[in-house]
Amino acid sequence: MITFDRVSKRYAEGHEALSEVSMDIRQDEMVFLTGHSGAGKSTLLRLIMLIERPSRGQVIVDGLNLAKVRERGIPRHRRNIGVVFQNHQLLFDRSVFDNVALPLVIGGYEHREIGRRVRAALDKVGLLTKERALPVTLSGGEQQRVGIARAVVARPRILLADEPTGNLDPVLSAEIMQLFEAFSQVGVTVLIASHDLALISRLRHRILTLRNGRLVGAGS
Amino acid sequence: MSVAEGKPRRDGASARRTRLRHLLQGWLAHHRLSAADSLARVLDHPFASALTWLVIGIALALPAALTVALDNARALSDRWDSPAQLSLFLGGSVGGEEAQALQDTLQQRPDIEQVVFVSRDDALAEFSALSGFADVLETLERNPLPDVLLVTPVPGSDALAPLYEQLKGDPRVAEVVLDMAWLERLNTLMQLSRRVVLALGSVLVAGVVLILGNTIRLAIESRREEIVVIKLVGGSNAFVRRPFLYTGLWYGVGGGVFAALLVASALWFLGGPVTRLAELYQSNFRLGGLGIMGSLNLVLIGGVLGLAGAWLAVTRHLRLIAPR
Repeated sequence: MITFDRVSKRYAEGHEALSEVSMDIRQDEMVFLTGHSGAGKSTLLRLIMLIERPSRGQVIVDGLNLAKVRERGIPRHRRNIGVVFQNHQLLFDRSVFDNVALPLVIGGYEHREIGRRVRAALDKVGLLTKERALPVTLSGGEQQRVGIARAVVARPRILLADEPTGNLDPVLSAEIMQLFEAFSQVGVTVLIASHDLALISRLRHRILTLRNGRLVGAGS
Repeated sequence: MSVAEGKPRRDGASARRTRLRHLLQGWLAHHRLSAADSLARVLDHPFASALTWLVIGIALALPAALTVALDNARALSDRWDSPAQLSLFLGGSVGGEEAQALQDTLQQRPDIEQVVFVSRDDALAEFSALSGFADVLETLERNPLPDVLLVTPVPGSDALAPLYEQLKGDPRVAEVVLDMAWLERLNTLMQLSRRVVLALGSVLVAGVVLILGNTIRLAIESRREEIVVIKLVGGSNAFVRRPFLYTGLWYGVGGGVFAALLVASALWFLGGPVTRLAELYQSNFRLGGLGIMGSLNLVLIGGVLGLAGAWLAVTRHLRLIAPR
């Protein structure tokens, strides 16, 4: 589903964030991406989302060679990917409902369909009662769950998460991971960047480790 | 939706059409949403928005008011305008019958519409009635006024100069007065004023676009994070642009409404005195306004300028805001 073929990313100032990274993630897989901060985890996710483009090598997502996606095609590509951000990236002047509905509004869904899907997504993350609330009134864990609901509401085939448990306590973190596993079980490809080794090693999924921009061991 | 029945591959075609319909509906829905949301945002800050409207209104009202003033001036001058009149002052030795004969000859010419004979006695009577010098005129031994033929050329005839020369050459005519110079001056002055209004209007219109562009730029800046989020979850440039274009439209339309109100109140303010002044000149002249269509045009122009300003700001600034 996600294939990297000898991908390197060198920034203008000369720092090489990724070097010769090759990997392959199957459709039904849930994979963790770990490494120190600055090891290149975020860069790898950004290449998949086309926030950045590789200096060398090929990235293929859902059969699509990203080098062939032009500037105009980027929004459509991003709509096929659900993303959960460490800092949530919620709109704080909009209700929980409106936040979750955003990808559907962008996708041009019909009004009733939006309501149905948003409530289904909020139900899945256990926030159905909070749909009218503003994000600021929610706890960190709840805000993250709103972010997850927004990421999955348009039923993307791929779900990316960048440190989704970064600011959460262990209990909440475990709950969030269970959510991701649930999505994985219904056929969504899940890639989670996290440096919480204690948490992710307890879950039985493949772990990719980045060190100074290189992939070390395509471990279990 | 109507399904084209009986056609081959009807399912595929109808599925595609359903999809298209959904896309169209979504697109329309977002237009509605953007329009309503932008309007709500504009109305959320009534004071700031009213100031913007007022600035745009004043900038639009100025050229609009000047145009209205020029239109009124033209309406007024049209009453004196062509056909210009030639006054033929006949020589003192020309008798009544000769004058009558001249009048008949002139009446035959195709380039002359009308000839009116004003005898010296009539002229004196009129003069003494209108001037208030009746007593003084009584004391005159003889009538100092000549007979006059008032010649009205056919409207639109540009052969006034040759006509003037011909009439002047007639031995029975002592003098021909063609009072066109001041009319020409007036017309030239009007043309000049029109140019000035046009130039001023262009500058002010450019100003409106820039003001709106700046207002929209500030709106974009204040919603930078939101734009980043929308782009992250796959919003296209058009999607991001839409609410700002509507914001520009609302500012422009509001400005146009303010401009129309300003012009209308200025006319209302001046209307009374102008009518009274006209009455003093025995004229039934009334100050003309923008009218419904003019006002609607002003609002329309405001809206177009608002869109233009927003477009300017959006194309310049939105591209620079991208997820990092």
